[in-house]
Amino acid sequence: MNTKSLKIAVASGKGGTGKTLVAVNLALSVGADQLLDCDVEEPNDHIFLKPSSTKSEPVELLVPVIDEEKCTYCRKCAEFCQYNALFVAGETAMVFNELCHSCGGCKLVCPENAITEHPRSIGELFTGEAKGIELVYAKMNIGEAIAVPIIAAVKEHAKEEGLVILDSPPGSACPVVESVMDTDYVIMVTEPTPFGLHDLEVATEVVKQLGIPLGVVVNFAGIGDRGVYEYCEKMGIPIIMEIPYDRRIAELYSRGTSFTEEMTEWRPKFKQLLERIKETLQ
Amino acid sequence: MKQVTILSGKGGTGKTTITASFAALSKNALFADCDVDASNLHLLLNPEIKETNEFMGLNVAYIDPEKCIQCGKCIELCRFNAIEDYVVDPIHCEGCKTCVVNCPVEAIQFNPRISGHAYISETKYGPMSHARLTPGMENSGKLVTQVRQNATKLAEELEKDLVLVDGSPGIGCPVIASIANIDASVVVVEPTLSGIHDLKRALELLEHFEIKPMVVINKYDINEENSADLEKFCKENNIELLGKIPFDPTVTKAMVQRTPIVEFNPDSPAAKAIVETWKRFNNLLV
Repeated sequence: MNTKSLKIAVASGKGGTGKTLVAVNLALSVGADQLLDCDVEEPNDHIFLKPSSTKSEPVELLVPVIDEEKCTYCRKCAEFCQYNALFVAGETAMVFNELCHSCGGCKLVCPENAITEHPRSIGELFTGEAKGIELVYAKMNIGEAIAVPIIAAVKEHAKEEGLVILDSPPGSACPVVESVMDTDYVIMVTEPTPFGLHDLEVATEVVKQLGIPLGVVVNFAGIGDRGVYEYCEKMGIPIIMEIPYDRRIAELYSRGTSFTEEMTEWRPKFKQLLERIKETLQ
Repeated sequence: MKQVTILSGKGGTGKTTITASFAALSKNALFADCDVDASNLHLLLNPEIKETNEFMGLNVAYIDPEKCIQCGKCIELCRFNAIEDYVVDPIHCEGCKTCVVNCPVEAIQFNPRISGHAYISETKYGPMSHARLTPGMENSGKLVTQVRQNATKLAEELEKDLVLVDGSPGIGCPVIASIANIDASVVVVEPTLSGIHDLKRALELLEHFEIKPMVVINKYDINEENSADLEKFCKENNIELLGKIPFDPTVTKAMVQRTPIVEFNPDSPAAKAIVETWKRFNNLLV
């Protein structure tokens, strides 16, 4: 770990456990330098931070364009493409842009040099500032399938120095891998229920494969059962914070208010959380 | 036969709680859990697995160190930065095959890999199609498609009149796969600003694919003002509001007992509201 920089990802497995709640309130309480919202399908951090002077730019991906003047319909590109993004039959050649992973391979296999690559917009990236924190988030265009390149675009904006917090999407598939990859620590937010436990287990597997240290924040503590606690004890995963189920927190959340702004007694707790993470990493 | 997918946009709004209760209330339905990377429906329906099939995802490249001449071509061509020191990192490899076909000495193998498992099961409420993606894997959309195909085939064989599909959060590839060729979608929303924001994106996605949406407001009483706004929004946009379910701690108690709430405690406020929602859903579906 570079001592000048610290990247902490907030992930969860199950959706709705409080990733955004933890990411935003941690960032505000400790004065993070940057918050990257990697949930590009359903970004929410901007609802709480309400950034000003937001700038936007398109996120583009290179996709193949077939020059039918040169194409001999040999089908080599379609046979090569592992994502079924190219279709050639008779005297028709088509590209299904939404399926393209932009590997660039089809252009290389085409014997007629009939394929060129052109940028196509798949989302929009926003950069803004709120309360001294730079917020970077993106919105995937409706109907697009592949979030990973948009997450990569958000992460390209990561500051080299300072404290950067990343808010990951839910689940345990490739978007989560892309979000938490190359971070120094992962905060896993869960709820103490059978659903929370099940999804914590699968997401923990991903983080362990990547070799990143992690700790668990139990949100809605007090509901449910003891399964999450027993699992963490068995696996030797530290529980680094508990946030009780509290109607006031839920109401503030529903209005798009970061609860530590009203319930200021929570700020030192988030500061302690950061100190605890730093100690673990030393 | 009708196929309906339960969606939400935002995670954790109650998709699975509602799907499981609908399953318990249904008479002749089949259930498909299309949240393959954070699946939960099995925790409430307790399926007995009858059939397991390996899910082959995308292949993965492997460089044979005996044959590799370290020319650098593969590293130069890989756009996923998956090759370091002539070793492919399987987590980063997207299985595109570009390195394989461009290696001058044919040193790169292209091996199949198991990316998950698909299951066909029986539950006390009816058959179930579900799956588990190996954590960290690509291609959850393809596995969702397999779950859907298994569900459709079995439902046709068994002459079911409804396939209930539990979707995943977001609007990307697994969600798109879970709404292909369905008759309608139930979108579960919670009355928070984030929930409403994400609902609108989910509704845009359904409109993009020309699928009829229906809305359920869950935990409507945690912010009645937002719930009123949601009701108004549905009315203005001609979207059916199927029901409003109150916040009810019984939901978590039922989950801990691994039972759909309508069966665990039919007299609880949430169970009663779900039963009413189910009735309206059925009236609208015919």
